[in-house]
Amino acid sequence: MSIITNINKAFDHRIRLGIMSILMVNEYADFNTLKELLGVTDGNLASHTKALELSEYINIEKQFIGRKPNTRYSTTKLGRAEFKKHINALEKLINK
Amino acid sequence: MGTKDYLQDIGEIKELMNKSSRFISLSGLSGILAGIYALIGAAVAYWLVTNSARQYLILDGKIFRLVLLDLFLIAFVSIITAIYLTTRKAKKNDEKVWDVSSRRLILNFLIPLVAGGLYILIILGQQKYGQTAALMLIFYGLALVNAAKYSIGNIRYLGYIEIVLGLICAMFPGYGFWLWVLGFGVLHIAYGSLMYFKYDMK
Repeated sequence: MSIITNINKAFDHRIRLGIMSILMVNEYADFNTLKELLGVTDGNLASHTKALELSEYINIEKQFIGRKPNTRYSTTKLGRAEFKKHINALEKLINK
Repeated sequence: MGTKDYLQDIGEIKELMNKSSRFISLSGLSGILAGIYALIGAAVAYWLVTNSARQYLILDGKIFRLVLLDLFLIAFVSIITAIYLTTRKAKKNDEKVWDVSSRRLILNFLIPLVAGGLYILIILGQQKYGQTAALMLIFYGLALVNAAKYSIGNIRYLGYIEIVLGLICAMFPGYGFWLWVLGFGVLHIAYGSLMYFKYDMK
C-alpha cells in the first residue's frame, strides 16, 4: 500500500481535521465549543460534522440541558484509528 | 497539497489539541505574589506565637484562632490575586476564562485540595496537629500534579517538590513552620518568576 492511500480524504480538509483534533483529546465537545475553537459558522460546522458522522468517525448525541437543545460530539473507535493513520501518513510525507 | 500545507496542518492540529484541552493562561505573577503573601502571613504567625505568653501553639487558644485566620487570609488574598491576573492574561491571549478547559482545571485541582483540607480539619478536631504543615504541603502538591494535566505541563514539577517537602516535613515535624515557609513562600516566588520570564514576558 502506498503512503498516499493512507491520506484519508475524509480528513483532508482544515475544519474536519480540526474537529477530529479536538475530539481526540477530549471525551466529548459540544457544538458551541467546536464552533468557538474553530471559528466557523453554524452551517459550515454542521455540514462537516455530518460528513464525519456519515463516515462513522464521530458520534453525535443530541440531548436537552434544561429546555435548551445541546449536541455533543465524540470520536468512534474507527474514527480514532483512522485519524492516527492519517497523522502517520502526514508525518511520513513531511519527513520524505 | 504540498509539504508546506501538511506542516501547517500538523501545526494546527497541535494547537487545537492544546487549546481545547489545556488552560494555559495561568499567570506567573500571581505565583510570585502568592509566595510573598505566604511569607508575610508566616511572619505574622511567627510574631503572634513568639509574642504570646506561652511561645508555642496550643489548640483552642486565642493565638491559634488568629493563626487560622491568618492562614485563611493568605489563601483568600492569593485566590483573588490569581483570579484577577489570570483573567487579565486570558483576555490578552484571547482565551476564555470560564470555559470547559478552565473548569476542568479547577475541578481537578480542587479534588485533592478539598479532600486534604477537610482531612486536616478533621484531625485538628481530634487534637492531632503535629502533621498539619506536612499534610498541607502533600495535598497541595498532589493537587498541582493532578491539575498539571489540564494546564501548563510543568506545574507538575512544582507539585513533585511540594510533595517531597511534605514528606520531609512529616519526618521532622519540628521544622514544620520553616518547611511550610519554604514550600508556600519561597517555592511560589521561585516558580512564579520562572513562569513569568518564560511565558508572560513574551
